[in-house]
Amino acid sequence: MNITLHVWRQKDAKSKGRFVKYEANDIIPDMSFLEMLDVINERLTLEGEDPIAFDHDCREGICGTCGLVINGRAHGPRARTTACQLHMRSFKGGDVIWIEPWRAKAFPVVKDLIVDRSAFDRIIAAGGFISAPAGSAPDGNAIPIPKENADLAMDAAACIGCGACVAACRNASAMLFTASKVAQFGLLPQGQPERDVRVKRMVAQMDLEGFGNCTNHRDCQAVCPKSVSVDNIARLNRDFIRSTLVADRRAAVGVGSAG
Amino acid sequence: MESSVISVPVGAAAAKRAGYLRAYYGSTVGKKQVMAVTGVIMVLFVIGHMIGNLQVYLGAESLNHYAELLRALGHGGLIWVVRGLLLAAVVLHIWSATALTLGSWAARPIGYRHRQRWIESTYASRTMRWGGPILLLFIIYHLLHFTTGTLHGDFVTGDVYHNVVAGFSIWWVSAIYIFAQLVLGLHLYHGAWSMLQTLGLSHASYDRLRAGLAIFVAFVVAAANISIPLAVLTGVVS
Repeated sequence: MNITLHVWRQKDAKSKGRFVKYEANDIIPDMSFLEMLDVINERLTLEGEDPIAFDHDCREGICGTCGLVINGRAHGPRARTTACQLHMRSFKGGDVIWIEPWRAKAFPVVKDLIVDRSAFDRIIAAGGFISAPAGSAPDGNAIPIPKENADLAMDAAACIGCGACVAACRNASAMLFTASKVAQFGLLPQGQPERDVRVKRMVAQMDLEGFGNCTNHRDCQAVCPKSVSVDNIARLNRDFIRSTLVADRRAAVGVGSAG
Repeated sequence: MESSVISVPVGAAAAKRAGYLRAYYGSTVGKKQVMAVTGVIMVLFVIGHMIGNLQVYLGAESLNHYAELLRALGHGGLIWVVRGLLLAAVVLHIWSATALTLGSWAARPIGYRHRQRWIESTYASRTMRWGGPILLLFIIYHLLHFTTGTLHGDFVTGDVYHNVVAGFSIWWVSAIYIFAQLVLGLHLYHGAWSMLQTLGLSHASYDRLRAGLAIFVAFVVAAANISIPLAVLTGVVS
């Protein structure tokens, strides 16, 4: 099949980008979307041109590295599917496809379709962890956890940090990402000691990074390749109220970075 | 810890220094929750207002007596307490919404070339930022029309029933009210669901009720209020 691509090309973070049109001919429907780009890149390389830069790693839909806005939808037209797991059979011959990077101030373009997502890393570093020494794996059922909570925590932990939620959000908000991390720990006993501090720190970092503000459109959960639910955003909101109203102000847990 | 990772003051001394409320309102989630709480206040008021309005169907005496009652409660003081509370709610709601909206607009300096695909967002959710300013203009008009009578033309102080009938007899006045109530319905539909979400009031057992509540509140308020100008125009109320 033959398709037409309009790809965002941008030399580096400082350059002004533009769309470049490419004709992708003889594309096999069983190719993944990224393999289709590989084919274009091979041709560009042979022609002595700069290949299209895009992020990818595992190509199995589990690492969260790839991410493209394809025809206005993060990760393309298939639900619960990362761009690398999207196949060309989802398109048809003659299609015109616009490929753009995640668009957010907090995700500056590094080159072409690659954006810098270290803002997510800093949100994690602000509180998305537990400080208890992990040691060796504990005995099964040594810590009783309700089955429902374990399931919900697992669902939240399924977030691969790809950033599609930010890309799809009208406000470029990182609430779904942040909420999935807050909920993942908040639902488990190991996450309790730092629960109040965690939500405050992670929200503060999220704000600092310049993401937009959640207005509950829910397009984030619709594009999430791991179906992380906006219920987690409600959990974050609940924890935020709790940490403001009832957190023990005398508690000495993690006093800033003073220590 | 990386230098660019924020350190949020959390101890007692730090709390005193920063001020809990300031830290709370300073965050985007705090502002959202202020919008939600003020939203609850305004939704409750709108429902009460709607119930009051419906007394137009009981006749002139009933409605005028109700209006007198509102002005007399608490030796004439309660109405000012409520007005003060509502004004504070409106100001906080708009202030927070403006700050959050500006933040969100700044969060995507370069937009998408291809039209973004909306999947779960609704027409109501996408028009919240239109609905807000339209409703503000409507509220100002509504106060100048039925409360002060400035824009009424045939205003009789104290005769609410007459003012309603005379006001809605003009077709374009009714049209403004009907349009505003449709906008209000949309704003309430997303707003009611959204405020429950923002206040963290979600649970798998009740989530279906949440959506139902939002539709119910939005539909009932809009429909009941729209019925009044329609009743006047069709002569049911005269």
